[in-house]
Amino acid sequence: MGISPFSSRLDWDVRTAAPGLLKRMHVDVPLLMGLLALCGFGLMVLYSAGDQDIQVVERQLIRLGIAFGLMLAIAQIPPASLRRWSFGLYAFGVLMLVAVLIVGDIGKGAQRWLDFGVVRFQPSELLKLAVPMTVAWLLSMRPLPPRLLSILLAIMLTLIPVVLIAKQPDLGTSLLVVSAGVTVLFIAGLSWRMIVGLIVVAAALAPLVWFGMHDYQRARVMTFLDPETDPLGTGYHIIQSQIAIGSGGLSGKGWLNGTQSHLEFLPERHTDFIFAVIGEEFGFTGILALIGLYLFIIGRGLLIAARAQENYGRMLAGGLTLVFFVYLFVNTGMVIGLLPVVGVPLPLISYGGTSMVTLLAGFGMLMSIETHRSRK
Amino acid sequence: MLESSLEDRRHEQRLVRTRAIAAAALVLLGVALILARLLHLQSDRHEHYSVLSKDNRVKILPVPPNRGLIFDASGVLLAENHPSFALQITIEKVANLGQTIDELAKLVPIDDKDRARFERLKRQRTRFQAVPIRLNLTPAEVARFAVDGHRFPGVDVHAELTRTYPKGGLTAHVLGYVGRINEKELASIDKGNYAGTNFIGKGGVELAHEDVLHGRVGFQQVEVNARGRILRTLENTPPEPGQDLYLYLDIALQQAATEALGEHRGSVVAIDPRTGGVLALVSAPSFDPNLFVEGIGQADYSALLHSPDKPLYNRAVRGQYPPGSTIKPFVGLGGLALGVTNTRKTTHCPGHFSLPGQGHRFRCWRRGGHGSVNLELAVVQSCDVYFYSLANQMGIDRLHGFLSEFGFGARTGIDVSGELPGLLPSREWKERVRKQPWYPGETLIVGIGQGYVLATPVQLAAATAAMANKGHYIQPRLAYARRVPGAAAGTAFPTVERRIQLANPSDWDVMIRDMALVVEKGTARRIQSSSYRIAGKTGTSQVFTVGQKESYVASQVPERLRDHALFVAFAPVEDPRIAVAVLVENGGHGGSTAAPIARQVIDAYLGGSSPIVQGGADDGD
Repeated sequence: MGISPFSSRLDWDVRTAAPGLLKRMHVDVPLLMGLLALCGFGLMVLYSAGDQDIQVVERQLIRLGIAFGLMLAIAQIPPASLRRWSFGLYAFGVLMLVAVLIVGDIGKGAQRWLDFGVVRFQPSELLKLAVPMTVAWLLSMRPLPPRLLSILLAIMLTLIPVVLIAKQPDLGTSLLVVSAGVTVLFIAGLSWRMIVGLIVVAAALAPLVWFGMHDYQRARVMTFLDPETDPLGTGYHIIQSQIAIGSGGLSGKGWLNGTQSHLEFLPERHTDFIFAVIGEEFGFTGILALIGLYLFIIGRGLLIAARAQENYGRMLAGGLTLVFFVYLFVNTGMVIGLLPVVGVPLPLISYGGTSMVTLLAGFGMLMSIETHRSRK
Repeated sequence: MLESSLEDRRHEQRLVRTRAIAAAALVLLGVALILARLLHLQSDRHEHYSVLSKDNRVKILPVPPNRGLIFDASGVLLAENHPSFALQITIEKVANLGQTIDELAKLVPIDDKDRARFERLKRQRTRFQAVPIRLNLTPAEVARFAVDGHRFPGVDVHAELTRTYPKGGLTAHVLGYVGRINEKELASIDKGNYAGTNFIGKGGVELAHEDVLHGRVGFQQVEVNARGRILRTLENTPPEPGQDLYLYLDIALQQAATEALGEHRGSVVAIDPRTGGVLALVSAPSFDPNLFVEGIGQADYSALLHSPDKPLYNRAVRGQYPPGSTIKPFVGLGGLALGVTNTRKTTHCPGHFSLPGQGHRFRCWRRGGHGSVNLELAVVQSCDVYFYSLANQMGIDRLHGFLSEFGFGARTGIDVSGELPGLLPSREWKERVRKQPWYPGETLIVGIGQGYVLATPVQLAAATAAMANKGHYIQPRLAYARRVPGAAAGTAFPTVERRIQLANPSDWDVMIRDMALVVEKGTARRIQSSSYRIAGKTGTSQVFTVGQKESYVASQVPERLRDHALFVAFAPVEDPRIAVAVLVENGGHGGSTAAPIARQVIDAYLGGSSPIVQGGADDGD
């Protein structure tokens, strides 16, 4: 290569020494700042949405602590190791999904959890990471853009867990796992012709999906199309959240002053519908600030993907970042009545531990990709 | 190879960078879509959603008024709102429902009916609403729960006002009862005013005075959440409580009349002729109205409904019976008033009467006949032939016209709901309903209170009171006043009255004297009292038609086809203070069965106490 080991070493020292301790700990400072700002804002909203119950905030803070710890731990793992473990993690996850279907603990009317006595483990969350890792691993074995065989294999690897998760049934997670596979393929340079082709095939398969749906899933789609038909049932969520957001106006009703949320008109206001609380209390201005934070994090993620040295890192970073955006888009879309109600939380703000741990673990991988650089 | 690999790598990097930029563009597109929608909601439609949001926050909750109480003439409470205690469970606060109920059952008895009702109500309510598991806790049970209640979070004793009728069956047919509002009633009431009310009058005075007893609903403006949980009260408009009702009813007399009827099926209605006030209104047998308030069980209801004695049937206002000879004083008075007869005119009674040129024999109750009878004798001995002849001379049109003045054939308008009008036939009625012309023979039997003519006991009592008043007809009423609770004075209900004008007012005295003679020496002589003079008239009404060649022998006829016994009376003759109508279903002769009952009622009211002659001679009709 014509570059001496010595110069390579020198270059390494310069890169790592300058930004100091955090850089040595494989922390991407801009990403960390963005995430901390977002989570801080989230805690503030949660305090209001959770009826000013400080315990709710404390529990969320503990989860955040664990999730940030995991993120930093994963950031220490070099991308090469992540790549090596990809398929193993995926296979483990799929086996767990099968196990859930057989002996799963029934939580919230759906089989999603495996109860190990002490901890309850939701294997579908693992797949949100394992699928993009595996697809990136698969596609990184050949030069990009991927050939047809690789594409078909990647689609198959994506659809196996998706079908298993959809059976649980969990429409939201299925959607996120599908998008994880698809976004990796997109970053990998899947030709536009192929993308159009896939969209056509998906549209053709839509009726099949419709008939495979559970009644409550169909009801949600129907309600989405016309929420007024069922103002006391499934349509209630959509109507109430739009009232909350609309009544917030441009400047909002002020923190802790959202009547919709505080009078319990808004269902699931501290979990899936927390975006409506933000819209009501902080108005359009507050939402602009929030979206700005999200865009900063997504932009940083895409930059990390573009700057990554290996195809695996590029695809994984790009895929994870775009999945993060899918979270945001699907959640806000359903809360403001653009999309049907599917169980997708507002990333890093909704109350609840599992999605937060998964998301921050993903950002740990992004940090790993960004900070484990070597001069080739 | 290295070059191409390097070229490949550069190409790959460019590819990923392009894709990252494309992805960024897609992200921005998505965000723009969301922001556009948000601007629409938060800017364009802000006003609309602001209004919706405010509507969401405040709810108007109805506060039901307390129902008015009902008192008798001397202030005895007849219908009250009794605090009753129910044990209730708030589902969301209870961890293990089945176990909790089982534990509770060890403390207070909870039977399968209670559990079934609980399951039924549970499905109708939300999780934070309390559902009763046991109603009507005894004070001892309330105390027992008070001691152990801390072991049952989410279970509490709820006090509410339940309508109770302390006199039970004694007042059931007078007051009726309240029950849960049904769909039919819901369609006819002011839904706003009944928004918080669960109960409505189902009959009797409770229904007739529903508007007075119910009151006006109050409102609470409250801040609530989407599930209806009240967070705080913003404004309070208290309800106007229902007004208390004061009745003419004398519960002691009601009791005496009920006891006088004894085991008989029948009715007693007593009216104060001076006021039209109903002193007693009995229909026997009766039932316990308290059973109906919280919803009667299917078995109990079925038993009441299908009992051959028809305890739910209000004979006093709904029982339509042929008045029999009790109509004769009114027919006779009509004959006098219209100049068809006078006190001296006599008719020969051979025991039967036939219309000229017709073979049909209309029989007198005394087979051998009364011989030559004038009006006085005809009333005293209840001679049928005299009245056949008189009715024939009056004709149906004049007969109908005169009897109508006494309220026959029309509802009296008594404030007990469900009253029926009886029937006073006319030519017009027969052509309209029966599509047949009126036959002269039918006029004859109207003259003795048989045939088509039907009257209710309350009609007979009201007509008798009008006779006692010499033509002053007052609509019978139970309630004389209403009073807003706590108010110093009540408001009297207006009296509806009319005058029956006779060309010669002394005709009243003639008929009253004749009726007094009925008790002194006629068909009701056994009830003669030494304390005061009673005027009356016996009656027997046929249930079973006896053929032309047969004779009616009571012992050969099944009990329920036997004649009804009737008696109308008022006393004291000189200054009437009570008018009574007694009807005993299948009781046989009016003189022997019904008259003694009337005498007991009059005695109870006027305080007389001379003995009633038992047994005795032939009791004519």
